[in-house]
Amino acid sequence: MTDAETRSATNRHMPRRAVIGAGAAGIAALAAPSVLRAQPAAIRLGLIHPVSGALAFSGNQCRLGATMAIDDINAAGGVKSLGGARIEPLLGDAQGRPEIAASLVDQMAEQGAAAFVGCFASALGLAATQAAAKYNIPFSIDSGIVDSLTTRGLKNVYRLFPNASSVTADALMALDAINKKAGSPAKSCVIVHEDSAFGTQTAQQLAGLLPKIGIEVKSLIAHATPTRDFTNIVLRIKSEKPDLVMISNYQNEYVALARTLVQQRVDLVGTYSVAGGGFNLKFAKEMPGIAEGMLDFNHWYAPKDPRAVAFRKRVEDASQTMTWEVLFGYFAVKLLGDAWQRAGSAGKEETIAALASSTFSDHFMPYGPTKFTNGQNSGSHAVALQIQKGDMEVVWPDAFASAAAVFPRAKL
Amino acid sequence: MPDFDIVTAALVGGVLTGGVYALVALGLTLIYGVLHIVNFAHGALLMVAMFGAWFLATALGLDPYAAVPVVALGMFCVGWALYRFVIGRVSRGEDRAILLTTLGLSVVLENLALVLFRGDTRTIETALSFEMVEIGPLLLPVAKIVSAGVALVLAGLLWAFMDLTATGRAIRAVAREPVGARLVGIRPDRMFALAYGIGVGCLGAAGCLLLPSFYVSPSVGENFVLVAFTIVVLGGMGSFPGALVGGILVGVAESLGGLFLGESLGPISISVTFIAILLLRPTGLFGAAR
Repeated sequence: MTDAETRSATNRHMPRRAVIGAGAAGIAALAAPSVLRAQPAAIRLGLIHPVSGALAFSGNQCRLGATMAIDDINAAGGVKSLGGARIEPLLGDAQGRPEIAASLVDQMAEQGAAAFVGCFASALGLAATQAAAKYNIPFSIDSGIVDSLTTRGLKNVYRLFPNASSVTADALMALDAINKKAGSPAKSCVIVHEDSAFGTQTAQQLAGLLPKIGIEVKSLIAHATPTRDFTNIVLRIKSEKPDLVMISNYQNEYVALARTLVQQRVDLVGTYSVAGGGFNLKFAKEMPGIAEGMLDFNHWYAPKDPRAVAFRKRVEDASQTMTWEVLFGYFAVKLLGDAWQRAGSAGKEETIAALASSTFSDHFMPYGPTKFTNGQNSGSHAVALQIQKGDMEVVWPDAFASAAAVFPRAKL
Repeated sequence: MPDFDIVTAALVGGVLTGGVYALVALGLTLIYGVLHIVNFAHGALLMVAMFGAWFLATALGLDPYAAVPVVALGMFCVGWALYRFVIGRVSRGEDRAILLTTLGLSVVLENLALVLFRGDTRTIETALSFEMVEIGPLLLPVAKIVSAGVALVLAGLLWAFMDLTATGRAIRAVAREPVGARLVGIRPDRMFALAYGIGVGCLGAAGCLLLPSFYVSPSVGENFVLVAFTIVVLGGMGSFPGALVGGILVGVAESLGGLFLGESLGPISISVTFIAILLLRPTGLFGAAR
C-alpha cells in the first residue's frame, strides 16, 4: 500500500468525534484572520553591521547585542504604547564596505524599515547615515566613534555613546591621572593607528593633546587594515625608544601588534590604546602572555552595577564573549525602543522628536544623565581598563573603578 | 631614512614572511600552474586547514607543528574528494565551469565557517609563539623560521615528485596533453583529483604552520590568496622553485615597501614588483615558454 492509499484508507474510517474536531478547527481557522488583524504591525528595524570580512568579529558582537535587546523588548510585551507592537529585525551584512552599507539602507528602506542601528565602523556609519538621511529614517549609532557622524547636520542620527573628541579628551585625562599617580614614568610615546577615519582622527587628536600632559609624541605610524605583519612597525618603535605605545586600530591588527611588541622585546612602561579594537576578554584569555597589564581607554559597563554583572553572565552563559560592542548594540536598540514607547508612534518625525528629547536612563553604562545635543549624548563617557589576571578591570575614574592600575606594567 | 639595523631586519623579516607566502603558493602552483585550474577556493581551503589545526590544538591539545601530517593528510582527502565529486562532475572539464565551481565552493566554505564559528577571530599560544632566535641585533621568530624551512623542504619534495616519479610525469602529461595521455593509458580524471588533493594537502601543512603566528577566522584566506596567485605567476606557472623564490621576493618587496613608503602605501610594492618582472620575463622567473 502506498502512502496515498494509506491516507485514503484512514480517511474512510475517520471517527465521528474526529470529524467534529476537524470542523471546529476549521471554524477556528476561519476566525483567525480577524484575530491577526487585531495584532499591531511589527516595527521593522534595520541592523547593519560588517558580519563578514576583516571587521566580522566586532560586527557580529554588535548584532548580538542588538538582537538581544529586540528579544528582550518583544519578550516584555513589545512596544506597549503601540499596542504591544513587536520589533522585527532586518539583518544586513555591510562586509566592511561603505558602499554596501549605503545600499543596505536603500534596500531596507524599501522593505519598510522604521529605523536603523549600526554600523560598528565609522566609515560604514558615515555612508549609511547619509543614505538614511535621504529618507529621514532615524538612525541609532551603536558604534562608530568619529565626531562627524553627528556633526554633519543630519537630523536623523543619534548616538547614545561617546564620540572621538570626548573619548580622546577623557583618555588623556585618565592617562595623566594614572601616570602622575605612578610618579610620571611615561614621558614619551609613539602612536600606531589604522589609516581610516577612526584611527586617523583619534591619532591626530592624541598627537595634539599629549604634549599638554607632558608626554612627547615621537612619531605617528599609520597602517592599513588588514596588515599581515607588524615587524617593521615594531622595529621603528624600538628605534624610537618611547616609554609608551599608544594604539588605535581594530581587532586583528591590535592583537598582531601586541604580539610583535612582546616578540621583539620592546621595553615599555606600558601600552595604552584608545578604543583598541582587540582589547577584550577573549584576547585576555587567549593570549595571557601578552595581554596582562595592557591598558585601554574604552567603552565598558559600570562594574559595580548588579544589572551589568547579570548581563555579562547572560552573554557568557550563551557561550558568547562579553565585549563593549554587545553593550552598544543592546543599548542602541533600547534607546530606540524607549523613543517609540514615549512617542506612541514608530513614525519617522515622531521617533526623531522623541530621540531628541530623550533622557534614557534604563542602562548600566558609567554615564551621566542622557542629553542629546545635535544627536550626540553629552552625558556619555568611556573608562580606563586594564587586563589583570585574565579579566578586564575598570581602573579610572575612581567612581566606577573595580581595581587600581598596575603602572608601569610588569616586565614580560 | 631608517638605520642599517632596521633595513637588515626588514630584509630578513621579508625573507621569512616570504617563506610563509611560498608555503601557501606551493599548492596553488600545482593546481593553477600545472593543472591550469583557477582555484578560487584556495583561500577558503586554507581557512579550513587552519580551523582544522585550531580544532586539534584547542580540543585535543595537539600542537600545530605535530598536527602537520594529520591536517595535511586530511586536507589531501578533502581536496581529492572535492575534485572527484564536485569540481570534476560539475565542470566536465570546461575551464569557465571550473572557475565558477571553485568560486562557488569558496562562498559555501566561508559561509559554512561563519555559521559554525561566527566571524570570530581565534588565536592560540604555542610553545614557539614567543620563541625568538637572536642573531646580532636581529630577533627572528622561530615560528616563521620553521615555516620558511618547511616551505623549502616542501618545494624540493614537490619538485622531486613531479619530475622524478611516474605519477608526477603522468600528472604533467594530462595537464599538457589530455588526449595523448589517455591514449597511453593514463586516466586524466584520476590524475587531476590526485594533483588537486596534493595541492590542497600542501595547504594543510601551511595552515598548521601559519596558526602559531597568525589568527584564524572565516575570511582569513583573503589575506593570502591574492598574494599566492601573484607569486605563482611571478615565479612561473607550475614551477616549485619559482613559487619559493617568488614568495621570498614578494615578502621582501612588501617588507621594504612598508619600511620606505609607509605601511599604508607599502603593499603597492608587491604589484610594482609583479609588473616589473612580467615586463622583463613574461613567463615569470622560472617559467618556460610553451
